[in-house]
Amino acid sequence: MTTTIEAPRTPRTVRRRGINWEKWGWIYMRASGVVLVVLIFGHLFVNLMIGDGVKALDFAFVGGKLSSPFWQVWDTLLLWLALIHGANGMRTITNDYAHNRLVGVTLKGAILAATVVLLILGTLVIYTFDPCPAGQPVDLLPTFCPAVGS
Amino acid sequence: MPGKSAGTVASAAPQGKYPFPRIVKPKAPAGTVYRGNVGMWSWVLHRITGVAIFFFLLVHILDTALVRVSPEAYNAVIGTYKNPIMGLGEVALVAAIGLHALNGLRIILVDFWAWGTKHQKLLQWIALALWIILLIGFVPRHLINVFSE
Repeated sequence: MTTTIEAPRTPRTVRRRGINWEKWGWIYMRASGVVLVVLIFGHLFVNLMIGDGVKALDFAFVGGKLSSPFWQVWDTLLLWLALIHGANGMRTITNDYAHNRLVGVTLKGAILAATVVLLILGTLVIYTFDPCPAGQPVDLLPTFCPAVGS
Repeated sequence: MPGKSAGTVASAAPQGKYPFPRIVKPKAPAGTVYRGNVGMWSWVLHRITGVAIFFFLLVHILDTALVRVSPEAYNAVIGTYKNPIMGLGEVALVAAIGLHALNGLRIILVDFWAWGTKHQKLLQWIALALWIILLIGFVPRHLINVFSE
């Protein structure tokens, strides 16, 4: 006994020309993910495991870290890779669940706006940060600040 | 349109007590290779932890930006991270990040490595074991820091 299968009605779709953004998004999630594992666990280890952990976090601690180019680069990579990774993930989830077009566009617009604002804010903070601001209580500053010694 | 047929498939002639494969109705929505299995729950947890980490990240960038305002402003906000309730929240945060990270690495191994695809179930259990080891390393030390003094 044989069964005849009709030719499918949907014609073979020719792939659109141009950059396949979804493919590069897919690759980005994996590439950034691997780097983020290193960056985030390094961040968590230094901030929560070494010494007194969370109890040691204050302006002087962050000032000490962000005055070193090593941690400036580390935190910049962390900021950009993590925020774009998270925003793209939220975009995927929005595409999956927001069936209403207006809701989807609004949510994705909000995700994009938050991401752009926080990337700019975070980058400016890292590179315009002064660990020894003038006129501030000396006991709150890192010990390497000139005012602390006097 | 015989000329346009895509092909023919020979099907076995009905024989025996059950001429066709018997389909058992599942008791619950389950029964595919994927649905209801460990992979589905990894996917669910990946989404939930991803959304949670994203919202924490938004807050965390804003609170860290306070170093640009003044030492007092930053210390006041970071001080709230040190109270016991937030300390437990940090355990949840690290647990969520650990799960998301290990499951993400598992996904990469399944996607790019034939061995990983073949042994995807084993990889799930390896990820779970590493997650438990991570928490054994982190949770007691962190809770001692939070609840000391």
